[in-house]
Amino acid sequence: MTAIPMADGLILGAILFSLGLAGLLLRRNLLFILVSIEIMLNGAGVAFVAAGSRWGQPDGEVLFLFILAAAAAEVSVGLALLLRYFHRRQTLDAESMSETRG
Amino acid sequence: MLRLLWLVPALPFASSLVLALVRLPRRAVAWIATSSIAASTIISLLVAGSFLSTPPAAFAYTEALWRWFDAGSLHPEIALYLDPLSLIMMVVVAFVSFLIHLYSTEFMSGDDGYNRFFAYMNLFVASMLTLVLADNLLLLYLGWEGVGLCSYLLIGFWYRDSDNGRAGRKAFIVTRVGDTALMIGLFLLFHRLGTLNIQELMRRASEQWPIGSSAALAAALLLLGGAIGKSAQLPLQTWLPDAMAGPTPVSALIHAATMVTAGVYLIARTHVLYALAPQAQFAVAVIGAATLLMAGFSALTQHDLKRVLAYSTISQIGYMFLALGVGAWPAAIFHFMTHAFFKALLFLGAGIVIKSLNDEHDIFRMGGLRKHLPVAFWTFLIAGCSLAGLPLITAGAFSKDWILWGAYGAANGSTGLWVAALTGVLLTSLYTFRMIFLVFFGEQHSQVTYRPGNAMLIPCLVLAFLSIVGGYMKAPFASFLGTSLPWNSKVGAIPIGETASGGIAAAVFFLGVYLAYVLFLRKPNLTMAVASSRAGRVLHSLWSSDWAMDWLYDRLFVRPLVWLANSGKSDLIDGFYSGVAWLNKTAWRGASRTQSGRLRWYAAGIAAGSIVLIAVVLFL
Amino acid sequence: MTNFAHIAFYLAGAVAVLATVLAITRLVAVHALLYLIVSLLAVAVDFYIMGAPLLAALEVIIYAGAIVVLFVFVVMMLNLGTQARETERLWLTGRAWIGPAILSALLLAELIYLILRPPLLGSLSGVTSPKQIAIALYGPYVLGVELASMLLLGALVGACHLGRSSLSETEVQR
Repeated sequence: MTAIPMADGLILGAILFSLGLAGLLLRRNLLFILVSIEIMLNGAGVAFVAAGSRWGQPDGEVLFLFILAAAAAEVSVGLALLLRYFHRRQTLDAESMSETRG
Repeated sequence: MLRLLWLVPALPFASSLVLALVRLPRRAVAWIATSSIAASTIISLLVAGSFLSTPPAAFAYTEALWRWFDAGSLHPEIALYLDPLSLIMMVVVAFVSFLIHLYSTEFMSGDDGYNRFFAYMNLFVASMLTLVLADNLLLLYLGWEGVGLCSYLLIGFWYRDSDNGRAGRKAFIVTRVGDTALMIGLFLLFHRLGTLNIQELMRRASEQWPIGSSAALAAALLLLGGAIGKSAQLPLQTWLPDAMAGPTPVSALIHAATMVTAGVYLIARTHVLYALAPQAQFAVAVIGAATLLMAGFSALTQHDLKRVLAYSTISQIGYMFLALGVGAWPAAIFHFMTHAFFKALLFLGAGIVIKSLNDEHDIFRMGGLRKHLPVAFWTFLIAGCSLAGLPLITAGAFSKDWILWGAYGAANGSTGLWVAALTGVLLTSLYTFRMIFLVFFGEQHSQVTYRPGNAMLIPCLVLAFLSIVGGYMKAPFASFLGTSLPWNSKVGAIPIGETASGGIAAAVFFLGVYLAYVLFLRKPNLTMAVASSRAGRVLHSLWSSDWAMDWLYDRLFVRPLVWLANSGKSDLIDGFYSGVAWLNKTAWRGASRTQSGRLRWYAAGIAAGSIVLIAVVLFL
Repeated sequence: MTNFAHIAFYLAGAVAVLATVLAITRLVAVHALLYLIVSLLAVAVDFYIMGAPLLAALEVIIYAGAIVVLFVFVVMMLNLGTQARETERLWLTGRAWIGPAILSALLLAELIYLILRPPLLGSLSGVTSPKQIAIALYGPYVLGVELASMLLLGALVGACHLGRSSLSETEVQR
C-alpha cells in the first residue's frame, strides 16, 4: 500500500489558495472578493490539515478550527459592511471606493 | 545724585520690555511709555544739576555697573561716562524724546500697532542714551546698532505696504556699510592700542601716534565711515529721504533730532584721533560742505513735505560735519542742540499738517493753512526761521553763525569752506520759505479734516520756545563744553570778524526769503518758466532725484550683485542640492501614486510582495 | 480500499479545483456560490481521506452550511437582477485576466517548487479522533480558544451594529 504523499495535499492547498488570489485580483464585485477570500482561507486550511495528518498530531486540525472561527467572523462583518455600502452607493464596484487615495 | 545716572537708559529699556511682552490697553501703553521717558528726563536733569553745582574731578564722572565679558585681553565694562559733551547730548535726547512721545500718544491714537510703536520708540531712546553715555566704544557700538535696529523697525512700521519695508531695508543696508567700516575701525584701534575705553584710547593714541601717522589716519577714516553712514552724509545719504516712510514722530525723533546726529557725536567724542589725522579731519569738513550744498539743492525741488525736511536734515548735519572738520567742535554740538529743537518742531508741525489734510504729503496741494491751523503755523514759522537763521532772535541763527565763523576762523577754516557754508545759508532760507509759503500762504487746495489736540500742540509750543531761547545759551554753553571739547582757533590773522560774518549771513538770509517770496508766492509763473527751460529741466530732475545717486548705486552695486547672484543660481553645488530635492520629490510622487485608494491595487501589491519575498527565500 | 481512497482523493481534489475555477469566474453570484459549495464538499471528502473526519463534518456544516448560506442571504437581500450580470460581463474582459493570472501563476509555481524540494517527504496517514482534538483545544490551545471566542463576540457585536437598519448614515460615520 502506498499512502498519498503529503506533497499532494499541500499542492492541493496551494492550488486553491492561488485560485482564490486570482479571483480576488480579478473580480471587481465586492461579493466575489469576499468569496475569493473564503477560498483562500480554505486553501490554507487544507495545507494545515495535510500537515497535521502527516504527523498524526491534532495541532493542524486545531488550527483549522481557528481559521474557521476567523473566516466566520470576517464574513459576518464583511457582509454587513457590504450591505451598508450597497445601501449608500447602489453599487458593489470595488473600484468606486478610492477615498483613501494618497 | 550722579549715582542715579544708570536709570536714565535703564528706565526706557525696562518700559520697552514691558510694552513688548505684556498686552495692555492703549491708555496704559501711552502712560507707561511717556512716563518712563519723563522719569528719564527728570533724572537726567537732576544729574545735570548736580553735575553743574558740584562738578566732579576733571569734569568727568564714570559709573561702572558691571564687567560685560572677558575675552583675552578685552574686558569691556558696562560703564557710563558723563562729561559736558555726553551730558548735553543726554539731556537733549531725553527731553526731545519725551516731547515727541507725548506728541505720539495723540498722533498714533488711531493706529493698530500702538503697543508695538511705543515699544520700539522706548527701545530706541534706551539705545540712544546708551550710545551717548557709553564709556567704551564697544558699548557705544551696542547702542549704535540698537538705534539702527529701531530705525529699521520704525521706518517699516506700516509694514503692510511693501514700499515701507523696502525703505526700511534700504536704510538698514546702507547704514550697514558705514557700520562695517566702524567695526573694522574698532578692530584696528583695539589691535593697535589694546583697549576700547574711549578716554584711555584717546590718551594712548596721543602718546603713541605722532600727528599725521597712517594708523591714526586709517582709524579716523574708518570711524568717519561709520559716522557718515549713520548721519546720512555723502556718499551714504541716500537712505534718509526714503526713511520718511515711517510715521512722522519717528522722522522727528530718529531721523532728525537724535539718531542721525550720532555720527557727529562719535567724531566729537573721538576728536583727539582727528587731531592726530589732519587729512581725515579735512575730509570731514569737505564731506560736510559738499553734503550741505547737494542736499540744499535737492531740498529745493522736492514735492513731499517730509522729503524737503529730510534733505534739510542732511544739509544741517552737513553743517555739523563742517564744524567738526574745521575744528569748531563746540559749534557742531551747539548746532546739534538747536537743530534738535527746531527740526523736531518742523517735523511735528509737518505731522500736524499731514494729519489735518488726511495724509496729504504734496506741498503743492496744500496752501492757505495759516488761518486754519494757527498754532501749527506760528510754531512752524518759528522753527523755519530758526532753521534758515533769522538773525538775533532764533537759536538756529546763533549756531549757524558760529559754524560759519568757524568755517573761516577755526583751525582748519578756509575761504572756500566759508563760501560753501554761506551758499548753504541762501539755499536753506530759499527752500525753507518755499515750503512755508506753499503750505501756509496762497490759496487753499485741500480741506482741513482734523484739529490737533493738546498732546500734539504742547510739545510744539515747548519746542518753539526752545527754538528761540536756545540761542541765548551760547556763552554758558561754550564755556561749559569747552572743558571737554575746546575750540581750535586758527593760528595767525583772520581777515574777517565774527560779527561781519554774521552780518553777511543775515543779509544772505533775507535775500533768500525775498527770492522765495518772489519765486513761489508772487510770480510762480516765472518759476515754472525757469523750471521748464532746457537747463532747468535737467537740473530739476537731477536735484529731485538726489543727484541721481540712487540711479548710480543701482547700476554700480545692486544690478551687478543681482546679476552675479542670478548667474550663480544654477552652478554645480546648487545643482547638487536641487538634484537631491528633485530626487526626493520624484520618489515622493512615485510613492504617493501607489496610494491610489483602490482595493485591488493594494491586494495586488501584497501578492507581488509575497511573491518577491518567497523568491528571495528560495533563490538567494 | 487503499486504491479506492487514492482515486477518491485525487478525484475530489480535481473536483475542488474545477469547482473553484468555475466559482471565481461566474457572472451570477448564486451560481458562484453553488460552485463554491461543490468545492467545499469536495475538500470535505479530501479531509475525510486525509484522516480528519471531524473536520470533514465541520467543513460541510459550518463552511458550506453556515457561511455560504450567509452569502446566499446577502445575495437575496441585494436583489441584483439581470443588470448585474451585464455589468459583470463588462468587467471580466480579457485584459482584466492578465495581471491576476500572472501573479497567481507565479505564486503557485513558487509554492509547488517549495513543496517539492527534496527534504519534504512523508505521507498522509495519521488519523486523529475528535477526542484528541478536544484535548488539544482545551489543553495547550486554550488561550487560542479564548481569543477566537473574543473574535467571534466582536464580530457579532460589529455585525449587529452595522446591520441595524434604523441606523442613519451619520451615526455610522461617527
